Amino acid sequence: MSAPSENMPIAMSTVRGKPLLVRHLPYFIAAAILVALAATMQFDGYIHNILMQATTFAIAVFGLSVVLGLCGQINLAQAAFFGLGAYAVGLGTSDYHLSYWLCLSAGCVLALLAGALLGMSTLRLGGHYLAMVTISFQQIVTLVMINTIWLTHGPDGVPRIGRPDLFQSSQSYLAFCVAMLAVVGYFVWHLSDTRLGRAMRAVRDNELAAGVVGIDVFRTKVFAFALSAVLGGLAGGLFAGGFAYVSPDQFSFAESVVFLTMSLLGGVASPIGSAIGTGLLILIPEWLRFLKSVPGLYLAIYGLSVILIIRYMPDGIWGFVNLATGRWRAKAKVRAAGPALQLVPATVGGDTVLEVKGLSKYFGGLKAVDGVDISVRRGSVHALIGPNGSGKTTTLNVLSGLYKATAGKVVLDGTDVTEMPPHQRAAAGLGRTFQNIRLFRSMTALENVVIGAERPGNGLIGEGEDALNARAMSALTFVGLGNRANELISSFSYGHQRLIEIARALAANPTLLLLDEPAAGLNSSEKLELHELLKRIAAQGLTILIIDHDMTLVSEAAQHITVLNFGRRIADGESLSVLRHPDVVSAYLGTE
Amino acid sequence: MDLVLQLLFTGIGIGAVYALVALGFVLIFRATNVVNFAQGEFSMVAAYLMVVFAVDLGWPYWLSFLLALAGMALLGAIFNLGVYYPLRHRTFLPVIIATIGASILLANSVLAIYGPQPQVLEGWFETPGIQLGSVYLDSQYLLIIAVTIVLVIFNYWFFEHTMLGKKLQATSQDKEMASLLGISVSTMIMITFIYSAVLGGLAGILVAPVLFVSIQMGSTIALKAFAATIIGGFGDVAGAIIGGLALGVIETFGAAYVSVPYKDGFAFLVLVAFLIFRPQGIFGERVAEKA
Repeated sequence: MSAPSENMPIAMSTVRGKPLLVRHLPYFIAAAILVALAATMQFDGYIHNILMQATTFAIAVFGLSVVLGLCGQINLAQAAFFGLGAYAVGLGTSDYHLSYWLCLSAGCVLALLAGALLGMSTLRLGGHYLAMVTISFQQIVTLVMINTIWLTHGPDGVPRIGRPDLFQSSQSYLAFCVAMLAVVGYFVWHLSDTRLGRAMRAVRDNELAAGVVGIDVFRTKVFAFALSAVLGGLAGGLFAGGFAYVSPDQFSFAESVVFLTMSLLGGVASPIGSAIGTGLLILIPEWLRFLKSVPGLYLAIYGLSVILIIRYMPDGIWGFVNLATGRWRAKAKVRAAGPALQLVPATVGGDTVLEVKGLSKYFGGLKAVDGVDISVRRGSVHALIGPNGSGKTTTLNVLSGLYKATAGKVVLDGTDVTEMPPHQRAAAGLGRTFQNIRLFRSMTALENVVIGAERPGNGLIGEGEDALNARAMSALTFVGLGNRANELISSFSYGHQRLIEIARALAANPTLLLLDEPAAGLNSSEKLELHELLKRIAAQGLTILIIDHDMTLVSEAAQHITVLNFGRRIADGESLSVLRHPDVVSAYLGTE
Repeated sequence: MDLVLQLLFTGIGIGAVYALVALGFVLIFRATNVVNFAQGEFSMVAAYLMVVFAVDLGWPYWLSFLLALAGMALLGAIFNLGVYYPLRHRTFLPVIIATIGASILLANSVLAIYGPQPQVLEGWFETPGIQLGSVYLDSQYLLIIAVTIVLVIFNYWFFEHTMLGKKLQATSQDKEMASLLGISVSTMIMITFIYSAVLGGLAGILVAPVLFVSIQMGSTIALKAFAATIIGGFGDVAGAIIGGLALGVIETFGAAYVSVPYKDGFAFLVLVAFLIFRPQGIFGERVAEKA
């Protein structure tokens, strides 16, 4: 068993050469040029206002690209968060004569708190709740802005909003906003490749799988939502300073819709798309000013655009451009294969890795699992079999925390995990695959496996991205797909997708691996490969609990078998004797 | 005490409207697993159709009523074909975004055609109401309550005792199985959208004489109705009705005893309270995704 640090430096030198900041130098140079242009070029007032609006709106739309694009959660109150920031700066600098910086920070904090509270009350529930709650919140904020006249001046709005001393002229203030845009844009652009960003994308692609690989789904969603709210607040604060006057109608539901349309039009998944969408939807209305003479026509067109974009261009303009230019761009290089995969299952508890006592799961009156005991010995391959509907998959779902047990106790490697949610069980050392494959479908094979490797509590991983990538490459190579690491999931066959799912679980270096019908849907040669793979996994000492219908596979791979029927355990023991047990034979073949 | 009874009556009347719209929400949700964010706009459009037929064109009230409902049936069908059907195989997020787009499109198209001025629609009856002891029973509220009771009974009979109702139920429970049994799933979904649009339209026509007919009435009603479905338990028909009534009463009392300008905020407060303390609602949502 080698220490992880021994392998890592080799991988690091082969995978990436230059440090992050150097590779991103072009971005910073371009940003600096833009800031310099904003600070020196002479614009007339009209152009200046358009630029000011575009810059601040783009920051708010970046927020949507985080929450909707990365994390797949809807936010229909971005204008309300924008308004919180704007009113904090507006009221603070004009009525209370506070420092601009203090007000801007207060606005961000206010938006953060509001976003976090809304998120925490709603994000455990389905997405339609979030949509409705954010609309309601938007209405409430508007109501308060209009009706608490003593605080907000009501419909009259807030005049004479101040700017920081450093950026008193409109020109320098615009340059400051462009600089902020560049900084925020950089973080949003990079967020998707950080641990948090990957977790957000995993939650968006498949919530159940995200939880099982160790991601705290709820916390990730709340982070995404709160981050989006903060960006809204920041943008609003900048906006207020730029225009020196704000009023409630600028932060109505209609504006939230405009933000949403900007984000969808440009491409919700990327900040570049957000910038494109924002720019277009600020410029186009300026060109088509005559439409504004008819109230409502404008938003009617926005509404229609939303329907059409969703139907015909779901990834927005930037997604469309990316797709169209994809064939000319150089394919990402396949990374050097990492060192051979090491599996070093933790050994905290005693001889028994998994101890299940009296486990029950009732769905109303249906006893899907009824008082089942299972004891899995360390280093063994243990099979759980039974006819269709006998409660195998339900058992596995209770073990991995997707269902709450009605009664009973589950102890994993000495830790009682009965009450834990899925991600904590993953952290405690549980890995699993699904009968109906659950991969993160918008990502590459490597990214899927990297997310597996990131399991909290995975002691085999050194610091940094390179160590993660190396670990993921090792796992992919172990299942034989190392040379296709950078391909998207959709380009893999069904059998290979199963292997990627296994690699994702292995990269996490679990203490116990649950395999839910890994042979289902595989052809005979793929089944042979799977069998070989199981042998190689078991040879490294990893304990496996497997469900399958393929009796050849089960009897050859497993030393120990537990048989379920109608939710109850009907046999348990050494493989061959269990398979000859009369109750088992009659459960499978019926009795005479 | 008199005031309490009076407010209770008004609250139940307005709550009945929320209940009708909530019912439309629930039916579409059960058939398609999608929340239709344009449900409130169905009410708003129907109210404007009534204004066009009965006020602008001066046609008889009953004829205008039938024409408005026919118009809603047509709108429901167009909505299904234009918004839901093309996206039926996509995940739920694109679909709800599209229904939000549709809601904005409908509201602002009406605004563009009719202008921002709120319109007035007379009630169905000449007599404004009857005095019962110390409580004044407004005739339009009485009508709303009566229609809601009739519709709830009809709904029960329709879904439990007719073949079409049973086919609709089968579709909402398991589309694949339903289609294997020879039920045309797309026809059933079409019927659901038409029925929901008519229900929403009916609610809009009934409530129009009580409120003004305005562009915002759709989104206001939809928010309340959605809150009602959450309070009652998402996807539950009885829950939607009880939630709607409860919300109407809470809101009316809140406006009378706490604050009028924030009347529309109470629904939100009740909603958030339920989300935090009892997210499954009074009757409980049918949940659990299979791994």
